[in-house]
Amino acid sequence: MSQKVLLNAKELNIILHRLACQLIENHNDFTNTVLIGIQPRGKFLAVRLMQMLTEEYQIKNIQLGQLDITFFRDDFRRGDKPLEANSTEIDFVVEDKKIVFIDDVLYTGRSIRAALTAIQSFGRPDEIELLTLIDRRFSRHLPIQPDYRGRQVDAINEEKVKVNWIENDGEDSVYLIEKENTES
Amino acid sequence: MSELSVDHLLGIKYLKEQDIQLIFETADHFKEVINRPIKKVPSLRDITIANLFFENSTRTKLSFELAEKRLSADVINFSASQSSVKKGETLIDTVNNILSMKVDMVVMRHPNPGAGVFLSKHINASIINAGDGAHEHPTQALLDSYSIRERLGEVKGKNVVIVGDILHSRVALSNIFALQLQGANVMVCGPKTLIPKYIDKLGVKVETNLRKALNWCDVANMLRVQNERMDISYFPSTREYTQQYGVNAGLLESLDKEIVIMHPGPINRGVEITSDVADSNQAIILNQVENGVAIRMAVIYLLASKIK
Repeated sequence: MSQKVLLNAKELNIILHRLACQLIENHNDFTNTVLIGIQPRGKFLAVRLMQMLTEEYQIKNIQLGQLDITFFRDDFRRGDKPLEANSTEIDFVVEDKKIVFIDDVLYTGRSIRAALTAIQSFGRPDEIELLTLIDRRFSRHLPIQPDYRGRQVDAINEEKVKVNWIENDGEDSVYLIEKENTES
Repeated sequence: MSELSVDHLLGIKYLKEQDIQLIFETADHFKEVINRPIKKVPSLRDITIANLFFENSTRTKLSFELAEKRLSADVINFSASQSSVKKGETLIDTVNNILSMKVDMVVMRHPNPGAGVFLSKHINASIINAGDGAHEHPTQALLDSYSIRERLGEVKGKNVVIVGDILHSRVALSNIFALQLQGANVMVCGPKTLIPKYIDKLGVKVETNLRKALNWCDVANMLRVQNERMDISYFPSTREYTQQYGVNAGLLESLDKEIVIMHPGPINRGVEITSDVADSNQAIILNQVENGVAIRMAVIYLLASKIK
């Protein structure tokens, strides 16, 4: 298994700052905006952006939630492995709010399709945007595109993009990994 | 572990401890789902479930049906009182006829112990036992343990007494298996006539004095006296039973510590438990009902994920 560094900690940090600034540009002080990390890996990015917005850009009282999409996926009983659920924490009203979905890698778009359905269980948001750290170009199965993207990557299906976070994986980095038998 | 070790839920005795933990963790997620404004997920939209109730039931049937609908399954209902069973049809024929309509899963309550096991050997569908005679009622035991875990943090090491009609109770047997699997200590308490002989061989304590039992336990699960299953008199009168084995507020206040009161329902108020106890903060009876839907959603979801 060979792997290539796509982003190191410094590059990742610069990109996070840019994404934070782009969010501020569109959402000002976030009074009518909520951030929602898509489980399981999007929540790390969401928490990091939230910290950055709060500590470095002094925007207080941002509402942050996390959404699990397991029960809304379109591949239940179709894969080899059973789906494992994660927790959903949305302790605020989403009705008439602007939502920013946050996920680490945008690949086929199916997770975001599931998230768009799942969020409707909580109300009717005013609008929904998508922020993704890595956008895997040319691999979409559905007409879904990000509103904010960290880095666009051309990767073939046999490759996997792995985003590491220091709080979970010991370092901040993004790798392109050549798969043998690992899942994407 | 993310998959059950079984293809059917026929009884707790076929489960492993990890199965119970998986069901509880999955139920945690579904409990969050059923507290959303829209309480429905689309996971099982291509699954059809038949609820076959060969014996009367209100809350179990409602709870299963709600759980199935919350998961977006298609549901068909059947009760023996309105069926061809009365015309002499056998169980296998009845079920095979229903399965011909392309049903993936069967939830069955039946008056005969072992009906679910029997059916699982003859038909090709996932089966959930919703109570078979005085044998097992696995989803009830799961929701009871889940409710204990929710109130007390964990089940392991807790002292649980099951009070009342142990002899005719499928809830008691399933609870004994489930609690022991999770490392709880179990006692049964009731009149000698309603405690099966040799039940101590299952590793449970036996006590006929209610006060002693309540002083020992952290949780008391009060069972209903199942008059409909009694062909002879097992105690002199309901009044005497209540005096000996009924729980009231005065008795609970006289104990050394505050215990949790459970009841699988339906309650006979004033017999095994008084109204002030049933409606008190110590009772988690309505939590049990809420948790019942989440637990049944978890069981159905996990079994359905194994249907290929």
